[in-house]
Amino acid sequence: MVQALILTGFGINCEEEFAAAYRLAGAEATIVHLNQVLLGHVSIHDYDILNFPGGFSFGDDLGSGVVLANKLRYRQTPSGRTLLDDIKEFIANGKFVMGICNGFQVLVKLGLLPNLSGNVTPEVTLTHNASGRYEDRWVRLKVNPNAHTPFLKGIDTMEVPVRHGEGRLVISGADTLAQIQDKALNCLTYIGYDDSPTDVYPHNPNGADLNCAGLTDPTGQVFGLMPHPEAFLSLYNHPDWARRKRLNRGISEEGDGLKLFRNIVEHVQGQRAEAVPQEASQFLS
Amino acid sequence: MENILRSIQLLLKPGVHDGEGQRVAEAARRHLGLRTGRVQSTAVYSVRYPVTDQQLHDFATRCLQDPVLHDVALDELRHEPAFKSYILVAKLPGVTDDEGISAQNALGDFLNQPLDTHTQHIFSKRLYFLEQELPESSLRRLAEELLGNKLINRFEVGPISQIRDYTPRPGGGAESITNLVSLTGLSDEALVQLSKENLYALNLEEMQAVRAYYAAPETQQERQAAGLPIDPTDCELEIVAQTWSEHCKHKEFSAVIKYKDLGTGEEKEIDSLFKTYIKNATAEVDRQLRANGNDWLIKVFSDNAGAVRINPESLFVWKVETHNSPSAIDPYGGAITGILGNNRDPLATGIGGAQLLFNTNVLCFGNPEFNGTLLTNQLHPRRIFEGVRKGIEDGGNKSGIPTVNGAIIFDDRYAGKPLVYCGTGAVMPMQLAGLDSWEKKIDAEDRIIMAGGRVGKDGIHGATFSSIELDETSPATAVQIGSPITQKLAMDFLMIATRRGLIKCSTDNGAGGLSSSIGELATISGGAVVELEKVPLKYPGLRPWEIFVSESQERFSLAVEPSKLEELLALGREMEVELTDIGYFTADGFLDVRFDGAPVAHLNMDFLHDGVPRKTLEAEWQAPQAQEPQLAADLDYTDVLTRLLGSLNICSRESVIRQYDHEVKGRTIIKPLMGATGQAPQDAAVVRFNFESWEGVAVSNGILPRFGDLDAYHMSAGAFDEAVRQIISVGGKLPNLAPGDNIFWSVNDNFCVPDSVYDAASNPDGKQKLAKLVRMCEALRDATAAYCIPLTSGKDSMKNDFKADGVKISVPPTVLYSMTAKIEDVRHTITSDFKQADDVVYLLGETYDELGGSEFYQLFGELGANVPQVRFEQAKELYTLIGQANDQALIQSCHDLSDGGLAVALAEATFGYGFGAEVELKGELSLATQLFSESHSRFVATVAPEDVVAFEQHFGARATRLGVVTADGQLTVKQAGQTVISAATADLRHTWSNGPVNQVIGLGHDALRNTNESSTGGLG
Repeated sequence: MVQALILTGFGINCEEEFAAAYRLAGAEATIVHLNQVLLGHVSIHDYDILNFPGGFSFGDDLGSGVVLANKLRYRQTPSGRTLLDDIKEFIANGKFVMGICNGFQVLVKLGLLPNLSGNVTPEVTLTHNASGRYEDRWVRLKVNPNAHTPFLKGIDTMEVPVRHGEGRLVISGADTLAQIQDKALNCLTYIGYDDSPTDVYPHNPNGADLNCAGLTDPTGQVFGLMPHPEAFLSLYNHPDWARRKRLNRGISEEGDGLKLFRNIVEHVQGQRAEAVPQEASQFLS
Repeated sequence: MENILRSIQLLLKPGVHDGEGQRVAEAARRHLGLRTGRVQSTAVYSVRYPVTDQQLHDFATRCLQDPVLHDVALDELRHEPAFKSYILVAKLPGVTDDEGISAQNALGDFLNQPLDTHTQHIFSKRLYFLEQELPESSLRRLAEELLGNKLINRFEVGPISQIRDYTPRPGGGAESITNLVSLTGLSDEALVQLSKENLYALNLEEMQAVRAYYAAPETQQERQAAGLPIDPTDCELEIVAQTWSEHCKHKEFSAVIKYKDLGTGEEKEIDSLFKTYIKNATAEVDRQLRANGNDWLIKVFSDNAGAVRINPESLFVWKVETHNSPSAIDPYGGAITGILGNNRDPLATGIGGAQLLFNTNVLCFGNPEFNGTLLTNQLHPRRIFEGVRKGIEDGGNKSGIPTVNGAIIFDDRYAGKPLVYCGTGAVMPMQLAGLDSWEKKIDAEDRIIMAGGRVGKDGIHGATFSSIELDETSPATAVQIGSPITQKLAMDFLMIATRRGLIKCSTDNGAGGLSSSIGELATISGGAVVELEKVPLKYPGLRPWEIFVSESQERFSLAVEPSKLEELLALGREMEVELTDIGYFTADGFLDVRFDGAPVAHLNMDFLHDGVPRKTLEAEWQAPQAQEPQLAADLDYTDVLTRLLGSLNICSRESVIRQYDHEVKGRTIIKPLMGATGQAPQDAAVVRFNFESWEGVAVSNGILPRFGDLDAYHMSAGAFDEAVRQIISVGGKLPNLAPGDNIFWSVNDNFCVPDSVYDAASNPDGKQKLAKLVRMCEALRDATAAYCIPLTSGKDSMKNDFKADGVKISVPPTVLYSMTAKIEDVRHTITSDFKQADDVVYLLGETYDELGGSEFYQLFGELGANVPQVRFEQAKELYTLIGQANDQALIQSCHDLSDGGLAVALAEATFGYGFGAEVELKGELSLATQLFSESHSRFVATVAPEDVVAFEQHFGARATRLGVVTADGQLTVKQAGQTVISAATADLRHTWSNGPVNQVIGLGHDALRNTNESSTGGLG
């Protein structure tokens, strides 16, 4: 079974729906307190997908995700390694990392996204919404057709809620901006009713540069987004579910967000299926 | 070594948008009329911890600085030359500083040192620069009214050339001092004076009872044996005051009341409102439930929250409380401690460790657009509104608990003391480590463990403080600031510890602090020994009594078997939750408090818990003189409807709702606003329990204070019905309709009334106020009996008055009913918005000539006389029919009628998509009555054309066909062929969403324009 590790503790609070998403997608999900990993009781290498849920890690007091990113970068495990060392190794092994909302903020503050340079230093930031307010509202997203990440395979547009106060992506420097666009790392874009990207509030809820709602790294293995796909697992999460059901009595009871989790679980299963004959042949030789 | 104070300042890089600075400048202009010019906001961290220059530099640049956004200044307070004035906002000693503690966490990680986060080494501040050179008085005003609160902040202001820094340096050496307070020989006046000076909030009779206890020979013998002097210690009197406070003991709800109806001459004696109308009424409901095979009522009135059974595996736990007094003096701190404190109730019910499912909040404020003169220390209603809203936002969002339902009521009488009701629903397994989760068991020798935050001087006297009226001298120490992150850690810890069977039972430290929590737990075993020197403090300088009664937040008291202690402490270390063994339970009948072995308090538990003298109070009811007004005959009802939709009590609350996370956990099925537009207001919220089943719970709140001006009985009955019908509206069913149907209902009552104890001089209308309370309780009893709906917990807040400058502002007698009911399958719930053109629109229920107290009359400055009455039997029959109809999927939308009556409900039902409706009124009553009467137990429902026959057959005369949903976006109401209302629903929605609430809280004009323009056509 595909194994998803979901970190929690210190104010993270979306771990349960994150785990539910993986379970509904056919994976096994394990929720673990971050200190279990930092104290060496749990190894991320026993898992296929490492997940950073939303919430308010350390209250977001120094800026969202900052203290948690700092902990991953500097706090040493008993073996003298940092968790970032492990995450780099995890990614080098071809595994996947996903961050939602506060988890995305952590990946950005850590420099795992967009990681143009490859040396994991912060290159962009997420800061206070242009409105100056935290907001919970539903938005529409379009997948960048050039993005190459298994998470978004086959998805064109999706509806999801945003629930954040610091989701405005700020990209300073024309060069960084160009590179992100050239490599199609800006994998998700806020769109209006006409499906075209928009900087108009509230369709673009935070005023993000490039109207960007999510990023991948150049490998496509690391993926993060501000909106909450794990909050749209069932039709009944959508604010307009009742009318839609009336309109189409046979409507699927699944939410848009679930597709993303099915994607990554299927992708890992596919990788394994490819890997098995290879391993078998190794045994034979 | 002596720690030198270092500082790190973060400034936004030139060109980066300074939203905060801009908002401060705008608010100063808008609210205070101050021209500040450009304002720059900067963050300052003062570090009182030994670090090298290099370490400071690296910590600042790698941990605190966002390289995209910030410049860094070390050991200087840097500013551009263009600025002329400054304001520094620091925190007073001991005030919660989560930001400082988080920075400290980061420093510990960065240095890889186990830096104790319980002692503060880093202090966060905000430093603002203003372009204009403003006088100190203006700067101070700006600071106190917009940037902080002088009860929790220290401000430094002035010209920029003379920046003064301030860093709190709390405490000054331990003070293990316990004083004696002699009561012997004091006159009555002196006893009362002593109570007042020490904020004991005890009256003469109670003070006399305390003195009698100490004078009794057996007490003196006991004290001698325990090594205590004859006179009471300060700590003992504090314990008694906390335990006997109105807040903890509900003395007025337990009093004997002599009630007289001046109209009929009827007299009666009520032996405790609580027992007569609440406890006994619920016992009767429970008897009826059990007789019918419905045995889901598990725990009522005997723990921190009520518990009912969802299914054989799990319990639903529900608690609603108020936090009014603290919110009046520090709105943000009051509200955040209110919601976090209320969260701790379900968390610490039974063994503890319930999983919190959702929050609700109901708020009562003065008019936020008030522009008169404020009394001394009275905060502007707008400021209270904004502060409370922010407190609820942070308290809920940062804890990861969705805020799914609520209400905001405006009335000028809430301008002194606002009402802040916080509710929390939770789920708990029936069994925890093989034991019944809802039971609290403690044996002698079990250890007392304090978990969570540390103790400071914050919140001393909260329990007694909330039991008296507010005045201009209200104490600063009563203010506390919640720390959601500290509580989240404790919450995660409790979840795991209880499931591993490490905790025997738990309770929260709320009002009265350790004194109350241990005092209450000790009644289970029959005593306790507390060793106060072990209690971890935020800073030194607290006296033993202060440690014992401090209400510092985010703390739990746990009872732990000695054999489980090691494992529990290890788990605490792993999850970074501070646990301290501060004593043990006994069975000797005494609460025994010590400091370093010396006795501090030694109180007989029987006296402490049962020694408070019972009050006898007087109530007199006189029906108010009221009459129906004469309004102009030629009213333009389109205009009236439009004005109603834009009125303070009806207009959209979207700007508030959207700042609360209402869907974290991914289980919210009916949110406060729904539809393609996200702007259709809903009746009850619906939340599913988990991802494995479709079972869920509906949540509603009923509150109708303005009807109380006409009749408190009908106000209370109406509020109860309002909450019930909201749940019926979303597809909930009444309980006990079928044997063993297991549809649980769990209701909390919350009474908030002005001082209702008669005093010829200070409260001449006290008897009338108390009579209103009695009538509210009578309605409650009748309603529970009629619907067979039990109360499971509740609270009363008895002194909601604000006194200053010789003026008293008293809240109107207010009761909130907060209801929850099981939903068997959330997929079959109903939302309020119209779903499709050509669906047929019906009115369910009957309209009466009941415009009294209506929003319609309010528009014309009238109260009227005909208060809406609940006809319980008729209502119950209708609610049963609606449940049956929904079982057959006959209902496409359903919206309950409340403020503004039928006309407002029709308009609101179009807001979800931009439909219209064409409606014809054929009733006998006057047009205004049909449109705007707020008669209870009514709904607007829509039905698919193919279901009309079945629907009409099912409801018979209870359903009145009004018309059809249309695609043209026009609301048309006709009477006898004449069009009486005609409006574009887009315009109505525009008026509703641009009402005063969204204007004050500021959804932003752009936001309103865009949502209004773009969503008319729906999301497709």
